[in-house]
Amino acid sequence: MPTVSMTVNGKSVSAEVEPRTLLVQYLREHLGLTGTHVGCDTSQCGACVVHVDGESAKSCTMLAMQAEGSDVSTIEGLADGDTLHPMQEAFRENHGLQCGFCTPGMVMSAVDLVRTNADPSEQEVREWLEGNLCRCTGYHNIVKSILAGAKAMQG
Amino acid sequence: MYNFNYKKASSRDDAVAAQSSADDGSYLAGGMTLIPTLKQRLAQPSDLIDLADVGDLAGISDDGGAITIGAMTTHATVAESEVVTSKIPALAALAGHIGDPQVRNRGTIGGSIANNDPAADYPAGCVGLNATIITNKRELPAEDFFTDLFETALEEGELVTAVSFPIPDKAAYAKFPNPASRYAIVGVMVAQTGGETRAAVTGASQSGVFRAADIEAALGSGLDAAAAKEVKVSADNLNADIHASAEYRAHLISIMASRAAAAAG
Amino acid sequence: MTDTGIGASVRRVEDKRFLTGRGNYTDDIDQHGQAYAWMLRSPHAHARLNNVDTAAAASAPGVIAIFTGADMAADEVGGLPCGWQIHNKDGSPMNEPAHPPLAVDKVRHVGDQVAVVIAETKAQARDAAELIAVDYDVLPAAIDMNAALAGASAVHDDVPDNMCFDWEIGDKDATETAFSGAAHVISIDVVNNRLIPNAMEPRAAIAHHDSSTGHYTLHTTTQNPHVIRLLMGAFVLQIPEHKLRIVSHDVGGGFGSKISHYAEEAILTWASAKVTQPIKWVAERSESFMTDAHGRDHETHAELAMDADGNFTGLRVATKANIGAYLSTFGSSVPTYLYATLMAGVYTTPAIYCEVKTVFTNTVPVDAYRGAGRPECTYLLERLVNKAARETGIDPVEIRRKNMIQADQFPYQTPVALQYDVGDYPTAFNTALQAADYEGFAQRRAESESNGKQRGIGISTYIEACGIAPSAVAGALGARAGLYESAQVRVHPTGSVTVYTGTHSHGQGHETTFAQLVSESFGIPADQVEVSHGDTGEVQFGMGTYGSRSLAVGGPAILKACNKVIDKAKKIAAHILEASEADIEFTDGVFRVSGTDREMAFGEVSLAAYVPHNYPIEEIEPGLDENAFYDPLNFSFPAGCHICEVEVDPDTGVIDIANFTAVDDVGRVVNPMIVEGQVHGGVAQGIGQALLEGCVYDDAGQLLTGSYMDYTMPRADDLPNLNVGTQSVMGASNPLEVKGVGEVGAIGSPPAVINAILDALAPLGVDDISMPATPSKVWQAIQNA
Repeated sequence: MPTVSMTVNGKSVSAEVEPRTLLVQYLREHLGLTGTHVGCDTSQCGACVVHVDGESAKSCTMLAMQAEGSDVSTIEGLADGDTLHPMQEAFRENHGLQCGFCTPGMVMSAVDLVRTNADPSEQEVREWLEGNLCRCTGYHNIVKSILAGAKAMQG
Repeated sequence: MYNFNYKKASSRDDAVAAQSSADDGSYLAGGMTLIPTLKQRLAQPSDLIDLADVGDLAGISDDGGAITIGAMTTHATVAESEVVTSKIPALAALAGHIGDPQVRNRGTIGGSIANNDPAADYPAGCVGLNATIITNKRELPAEDFFTDLFETALEEGELVTAVSFPIPDKAAYAKFPNPASRYAIVGVMVAQTGGETRAAVTGASQSGVFRAADIEAALGSGLDAAAAKEVKVSADNLNADIHASAEYRAHLISIMASRAAAAAG
Repeated sequence: MTDTGIGASVRRVEDKRFLTGRGNYTDDIDQHGQAYAWMLRSPHAHARLNNVDTAAAASAPGVIAIFTGADMAADEVGGLPCGWQIHNKDGSPMNEPAHPPLAVDKVRHVGDQVAVVIAETKAQARDAAELIAVDYDVLPAAIDMNAALAGASAVHDDVPDNMCFDWEIGDKDATETAFSGAAHVISIDVVNNRLIPNAMEPRAAIAHHDSSTGHYTLHTTTQNPHVIRLLMGAFVLQIPEHKLRIVSHDVGGGFGSKISHYAEEAILTWASAKVTQPIKWVAERSESFMTDAHGRDHETHAELAMDADGNFTGLRVATKANIGAYLSTFGSSVPTYLYATLMAGVYTTPAIYCEVKTVFTNTVPVDAYRGAGRPECTYLLERLVNKAARETGIDPVEIRRKNMIQADQFPYQTPVALQYDVGDYPTAFNTALQAADYEGFAQRRAESESNGKQRGIGISTYIEACGIAPSAVAGALGARAGLYESAQVRVHPTGSVTVYTGTHSHGQGHETTFAQLVSESFGIPADQVEVSHGDTGEVQFGMGTYGSRSLAVGGPAILKACNKVIDKAKKIAAHILEASEADIEFTDGVFRVSGTDREMAFGEVSLAAYVPHNYPIEEIEPGLDENAFYDPLNFSFPAGCHICEVEVDPDTGVIDIANFTAVDDVGRVVNPMIVEGQVHGGVAQGIGQALLEGCVYDDAGQLLTGSYMDYTMPRADDLPNLNVGTQSVMGASNPLEVKGVGEVGAIGSPPAVINAILDALAPLGVDDISMPATPSKVWQAIQNA
């Protein structure tokens, strides 16, 4: 089996994997980073969104091998120790989550939105979330959270 | 997924050689269609040849009269490119509405057109803008490249390397998305380039992207949006599924063409 | 004094772990030496199963074992039971054909389990499953309900007409009399579209058997672990409760789809004793589509009788309900007692008769989905009332006002069994009309028309019976279990508290809301309270979460246990403070001798209970840990009004929801932030049903909406911001005065959306449209008008 190496949440990791191993499988099953979830098999729900080299990506639609040499960050790496990232804090403050299953992908996607658009409008937030499904919240409080999180990230 | 061998190609030649030596090798660009297909076990290539490290396949250049986009350039890069947004804003807008942000971060123009999904956006962009598809072997007009559903003129092992878009005088793309998949139920690229008016339609036809002659005639040299809206497009040979009847698609071709024409100004 | 009690928008206890990726969902759990299961599923909707040849698969790499229905039958494994027995009009019981966990003689829907492959890895299990050769005789499929009733093909050989039951409720004669004297009769045909629940977490399970003790442990994604233990232990696998533990920690949404006892749970638990290693199974989303119980799927003809003044005088309803290929756990209760008993709505209709024919088809079983029966009823009534308004020329607001039960009429006995305890429908109705600026609609419509758009406004009122249930009533109606709830309140020596509840949280925020109840009761901060649920090894008993029952039934159980703690603590305090128990008052977390400054804090008393040096040991035991069971005397009855305003693009049929207003009476609100969130989510699912979602099978029984490529899930840009508020009359059916909020959004919203669309399209001549009202369908309706 080939070996794959990358940096995950700042740590260098390496493992032998079958080529068919998806990045999300590598994160969950090899590294035990179970915060990244799998909610569909057609690349639409976004529960698996992580950052690869700073950009959001669906880790269920990437082979682990494709991330060779990349810098990957997951929901587990977002907070600063016990201090939540401003986007995480905004979700908590605005009740932007219920069952929590879509939440890691939502938060990682939202952080990437702010990277590309520091001051998004409500409509821009809703359009950005095309690749993230939530069944609990009706998105109302997710949108509110992301708008608040974007402001907080600007300090 | 079935198992396969994986190779990261270091150059075009390396990629082509790896493909030709494999039993049933498949190029891997962004993987946004290929990987879901593999996950559903709908394909079983012996080898995947990853093009991500072939450096000269990505990038955007302005050649004066045309903009050339490397095959491995992502949709997000096209959408955000200063060159594309200033010279062919219709193309940047098209790229900026493919899939979702995560698809746009990894999906590539070469992967999209080589797959030729009948509901994808780029085929309409390429045909409407009269693009030239450049491969490792030849150059051919987009109209000759897209041959049928998921079928292209690519020969076994032939590799798309870039797409060259002449800069149009006016152009706009209007898409009516499938409510579930968000692929195009109908997408129309209306463009006027060097006196020629084109209206290329994706999503609607049983044989993939096509130019709508009656719409083009109605649009004329002035891109007459009102005239396009009045065209009664035939529903013959159009797709029908649980999301849209052939008649609805035919109607939407006129509406989307009209809206694109109005946006193109 | 605490500021984390009832009425405070306390931020959720659950959130930090979910936000940092530390949730503990079933698929996040791995057990030492675990194997993986893959289910081989039927590709056919209906076929006789001749031979399942597993020889080649058994020798594939990594394969540990393969089992088929024959193997389970040889062990005399029982069928999956239905929890609610319905009787036919003639008094005979419903047809309950066998539901083997792995198919035995026939497969009855696409996705039905044929074999389980257990291997070292999931990929190996799936690889091997492809090597199993199944000899099917494909049979004609019964998909459409009408064709099935006409005898298209018998889903079960022992039910040749595919009728599960033919049931009725109400006074048929009185209703006929009302119709014979009616000035107007309004009739309508509606379809309540079949939905696929799609909780974001796919179902999963891990089973483990310890042969040294005979213990089985099943981790599973369920809304009701004790019910699964009861059903699977007693009826399917004959494992006694003390040897069977069901664990369901974090669950990623349920919406009713995780109530049912599913085949995979029984298959894995049974197989775990055969292979002597833990077995894990996680559904792919495509499996969820074809095996999670679906929702709704009714066809109804109804007629409303009115007098010359526009008063409703009679209602008669005939419904056909699709039950799918098998009777699911609560499948039979949904189209009957959760549906037809609400046919009065919020109106004074004096005579009602409803009959329901329930039909087996070669489709996935149909069971509860958010609202379960009550959305189907509300949709029918509110479409019918709007049609009555249009046909009689009475304004839709006036016709509702005229027929509404008034606040002084409670308790109100309906003609369909229920007695509404309390309510004030006109006030909520008026509040909603004001919040939606109903008066200003005409001007907004004119503005839309000037932009080439059609604008419409739609109203829906609703009543919901929830807080399921009073056990005696449920039992009389056919429930095979009690529906009380249980709680244990364990006060630790230093005064912190662990609450064990038999309800289950899968997004509702019980860890926060229930802590607030204890905070209020004991006068301690909510962060001194932890709530435990989802493990039959920890929680004494419970009936789980569905039917908006957790706070209305589980909450009073907690309250009762808290009161027992306080009663006992008063005895301890009285002893230590050398006062009579009658003189001890307990306020704001302090026990005080009335009229004195002699007092003990809650934590001091709890410590004394565990360090009983100075203690009334002859009177009471040490410790401070109390159980309670609570069984309500009646359902609770949330009600409200939803108003939707849409703008339609006639060129494309695209509908934009311009405004959505919901005013809901949910009784006492414990956590306003969480209550609003529940309404948002319910409304989103209701709008999804009205505009986007619909399960489609082809004639052969293939699921055409088997992935998110074809089943339209509401996305952020499909939905508007929602204007939601509460207008509550305190509930009268339980001591917390709560009613329930989980389902109101999904119940009230679909008819508001459709009524709005029909209002918008009325000028174009459109008078009917079915859900989901997709752009394609709207455009076609305009063309056909």
